[in-house]
Amino acid sequence: MRLSRWTIALCAVGLIAARPYVARAAGDQVVIGDIDDMSGVYADVEGAGGVEAVNMAIADFGGTVLGKKITVLTADHQNKPDIGASKFREWADQQGLNLLLGGSNTGVNIAMAKVAAAKKVPFITIGAGGASLTNEDCTAYSVHYVYDTTALANGTATAMINAGGKSWFYLTADYAFGTQLQNAASKVVEVHGGKNVGAVRVPLGAADFSSFLLQAQASGAQVLGLANAGTDFSNSLKAANEFGITRTMKPAALLVFITDIHSLGLKTAQGLYLTDGWYWDLNDETRAFAKRFFAKMNRQPTMDHAGAYSAVLTWLKAVKAAGTTDPDKVMAQLKKDKINDMFAKGGYIRADGAMIHEMYVMQVKTPQESRYPWDYYKLIRKMSGEEAFGPITGVCPLAPK
Amino acid sequence: MPVPVILGQLTLGLVNGSFYALLSLGLAVIFGLMGVVNFAHGAFYTLGAFAALLGLQYLGINYWLALLLAPLAVGLLGVLVERLLLRHLYGLDPLYGLLLTFGLALIVEGSLHQVFGATGQSYPVPESLGGAINLHFMFLPRYRAWVILASVVVCFSTWFVIERTRLGATLRAATENAPLLQAFGVNVPLLVAASYGGGVALAALAGVLASPVVLVNSHMGTELVIVVFAVVVIGGMGSILGSIVSGLVLGLVEGFTKVIYPEASNIVVFVIMALVLIVRPAGLFGRE
Repeated sequence: MRLSRWTIALCAVGLIAARPYVARAAGDQVVIGDIDDMSGVYADVEGAGGVEAVNMAIADFGGTVLGKKITVLTADHQNKPDIGASKFREWADQQGLNLLLGGSNTGVNIAMAKVAAAKKVPFITIGAGGASLTNEDCTAYSVHYVYDTTALANGTATAMINAGGKSWFYLTADYAFGTQLQNAASKVVEVHGGKNVGAVRVPLGAADFSSFLLQAQASGAQVLGLANAGTDFSNSLKAANEFGITRTMKPAALLVFITDIHSLGLKTAQGLYLTDGWYWDLNDETRAFAKRFFAKMNRQPTMDHAGAYSAVLTWLKAVKAAGTTDPDKVMAQLKKDKINDMFAKGGYIRADGAMIHEMYVMQVKTPQESRYPWDYYKLIRKMSGEEAFGPITGVCPLAPK
Repeated sequence: MPVPVILGQLTLGLVNGSFYALLSLGLAVIFGLMGVVNFAHGAFYTLGAFAALLGLQYLGINYWLALLLAPLAVGLLGVLVERLLLRHLYGLDPLYGLLLTFGLALIVEGSLHQVFGATGQSYPVPESLGGAINLHFMFLPRYRAWVILASVVVCFSTWFVIERTRLGATLRAATENAPLLQAFGVNVPLLVAASYGGGVALAALAGVLASPVVLVNSHMGTELVIVVFAVVVIGGMGSILGSIVSGLVLGLVEGFTKVIYPEASNIVVFVIMALVLIVRPAGLFGRE
């Protein structure tokens, strides 16, 4: 009994003694964390490729900032908000975290934004799409970098309506992201004088979409709005083709990554309109990045990979310009700088945290039009950042209307 | 609700029910004959689909040949698993078999994810089954019709072999009283290994059938197998006929839920499972 009490006391002393040591160790380096889905359904969209992009950015910056070595921490949030938030908290408390990159999944990113505000750590969302991150869930330390549901809807829904698709029926993933995407698209459709006929909420990861698709077809709408992502998107489009639904309805993909098109194949995906924040084959700069990325990962980068690279460079430049890693000073610097690199031209971070940059409305090529591997999109229209992300809504208290 | 819509959803429910029936049948065979709760069933289903996909990409094996070869290859793998691992756990608490197979499933899925990534790949619908049949209330893709036909034929022949033939009688005898059967000169360990291989081959067959319908990826089995376990519990653990009938019926019930209250379509099977467990703990077709 006595011994065990001594053991406990010794352990406690050990723990207390260890704390300042950890904090001191963290002071000699700059720490960037990346919490993402590394093993689940979104792992190919960013995942390990995102970590690679972060490392590329650090190497290109020279490996140090303010004379300190830059280290990277990574973790798998397994699409669970509690895991993401507690890992973030742990790194902020024990590892001296200076910047966190949030990977895929809007739900997890909302949970992590709350930690960013509490711990005062700059937090850049890369892979998640929910526009609530810069509205009701915004914080003074959040940046939403690559795309959001508003921009996706503005791009794809407008393109579909211009092509004559006036009445819409939605296949919506039944969680935060799906609902936000459907709402954003519905607004755009209404503004342009179109009609929202109906929607069916599909549980995430459904095994079979045919039944929901027949309901969509029975609605008589002209456009099939796919407010889902990843495997759900691919499987629903595949089934829509198989059941001949694409002959009577035009599918509108509200969120597509190039990896989805790669797995579906052009025969199934051809003609599809989509909105992208970046495409590897836009110009020489994007192709140069893609070539380096391909050499490491053996596939072309998604907009999230390019975004992760750009976000890290942008933050490192801000740290260098501010001469400190102090979160408030770095955030102020970030919101002052213009972003000019292979990801964005003239991009800037708005008061609500949205990174405003050009978005691209794309159409998937036919198998005949595609001339080389991964030659999948043709550019239909460039949208200015202001058009894509829309005006400040006033919902975020940091950015009054 | 208009009649054509009801008929359409019934047909689609039958397609999904066919997959449930094939998978739950394999589970029921393995549990009924060996008492093993095979948590690796979803992984073997995934392996079946990958075997078909890789066979086509690298060896040019067409769909019809894959339908035969993939279950054979995966079934042999199952025999190996039984001989090398599972057989050491007989006579112990069934929990050990469950843990072993669950671990196997994680290893298989993790390895496939590592090599092929998360997004999945397309398997083309075979030429001869392309296009759709006009049923007047809906267009049914020929391939889906084939799935129903194939599943019903395979399920009922398996039931027939186990319940109505001499081979089936020997198999069942091995589970009732193995030492006595062995005394008659029957090679019982071989029979047991063969039944595990057979059950696993059924899962692989379902995987090949599913590959042109969904994207082939490392997660495809995980999602499905949980529902299938509920199907087996509803039908009665180990009941062959129970697993087939409840597989088809639950496919239909799920189909209707997708129209009436789509948000609940992925839990309806579990709600029914809970109700069945309260009223008939041994399942609808199980022996008390």
